[in-house]
Amino acid sequence: MTHEELLQKLYDETMVGNGPEVIDLTNQGLEDGLTPDQLLFDALIPALEEVGARFERGDWFVPEMLIAGKAMAGALEVLRPLLAATGTETIGKFVMGTVKGDVHDIGKNLVNIMLEGAGFEVIDLGVQVAPEKFVEAVEEHQPDILGMSAFLTTTMPMFKANINALEKAGLRDKVIVLVGGAPVTQEYADAVAADGYAADASAAVKLSKDLIAKQRAKATA
Amino acid sequence: MHTTVSSPSKTVTIGPDQPFCIIGERINPTGRKAFQEQLRAGDLSQVLVDVDEQIAGGAHILDVNMGVPLADEPALLAQAVQMVQERTDLPICIDSSVVEALEAGLAVYQGKALVNSVTCEEDRLEAVLPLVKQHNAAIICLTNGDEGIPVPWDERFEFCKKLVDIVHGKWEIPLEDMVIDTLAMPVGAEPQSAYHFFKTISAIQEEFGLNTTCGASNTSFGMPSRHALNGTFLAMAAGAGMTSAIMDARSDECVKAVRGSDVMLGKDEYGIGWIGNYRPPASA
Repeated sequence: MTHEELLQKLYDETMVGNGPEVIDLTNQGLEDGLTPDQLLFDALIPALEEVGARFERGDWFVPEMLIAGKAMAGALEVLRPLLAATGTETIGKFVMGTVKGDVHDIGKNLVNIMLEGAGFEVIDLGVQVAPEKFVEAVEEHQPDILGMSAFLTTTMPMFKANINALEKAGLRDKVIVLVGGAPVTQEYADAVAADGYAADASAAVKLSKDLIAKQRAKATA
Repeated sequence: MHTTVSSPSKTVTIGPDQPFCIIGERINPTGRKAFQEQLRAGDLSQVLVDVDEQIAGGAHILDVNMGVPLADEPALLAQAVQMVQERTDLPICIDSSVVEALEAGLAVYQGKALVNSVTCEEDRLEAVLPLVKQHNAAIICLTNGDEGIPVPWDERFEFCKKLVDIVHGKWEIPLEDMVIDTLAMPVGAEPQSAYHFFKTISAIQEEFGLNTTCGASNTSFGMPSRHALNGTFLAMAAGAGMTSAIMDARSDECVKAVRGSDVMLGKDEYGIGWIGNYRPPASA
């Protein structure tokens, strides 16, 4: 297999979510002298981007997105130590959690998988995350983005409580805050002064990338 | 076991020897932007449109939820309950995660309501059960605690036992007024979830004989041809012993699936109900 063929195969197998094959091809690519960067940016990430695009067009469905993301996550486990050693900048760091009073996590987990698939480092705080836990995690991990999920109209007000807690701790301007979940709307996100809202996992990845790019452009300007 | 819910002029019975109980789910603004805006502006006219559609589709009970962010949910729910009761004699399932809204809905409801819902979390149980008792209502109990929704059936079944201990044992609410919701999950995201769901239903049926329900539409989240998938799930769940579901009665595929399950399970003897519903137009 030429390098080009291998990258194409890795792209194809990632798209269809063939986990074991994706890990094999990643290892084989490294043995054949491809760099972690090439595997990531010339095969894995484009594959996930294509999956996201197809999902957004309504051509592909949640399970397809899920298995592609999982396959990609497997490859990343192989690549992560190598990428760290070569000093490749991660796309961004994301702290994620379902708010206090709420135990719904399927949507949140899906977003995590797609974010990891897109090259983000994701720290998942789980469900029932209290405001002080969010604050602690932002202090400890210094993420680019904090994502909060709520599935109930009763737990959505925790967004505001968490944002207030960040403000109180002097951390609000240090992190981008995104919100999501079934009953959440853009309007509601605006009302609680979040920085963004995404309706699904694919939209969350896109929005995260956009906002980080803007942030970094601002920082270097 | 028979769970009864009623309006002033109609009683509906949920039970293993009864036709599968369709709790019409659509009277709910979640995810419907235009409806939400109308409700915030105090315009509840869409409620009646949804009610009529659910009734036409074959609902036996109507689930009414007014969960609109940034709105006065208790006031809206009370108003909606009154409107629905003026429109129809079908009993109502009063649906909210806001305790004050449940309270407001129950306060104006005439008859014996079904309350949707309480989880197996101490603070929720302490807040909701007094209301259920006070209004002599029936209550949908969810098999999850405060650490997430377990997938394995035996863990969900443990929650059911705990719910029986608390709801029936401690609060002395009759067992027949408990309807257990064993939590339908997206099968496209949790491939084994439906299997565990059916097992939970069977175990509850065998051990307690309690009535069971679920929000059926969750099952097909993220999938194409959702109605067909929901219908398959509903028929299989009915086969495992589920006696009701919160489902969209506008969906012909789902309604046919549960009515078909009544025929298969011998509840609709000789399929006379089925024939009445689906008899082709008389030939000339």
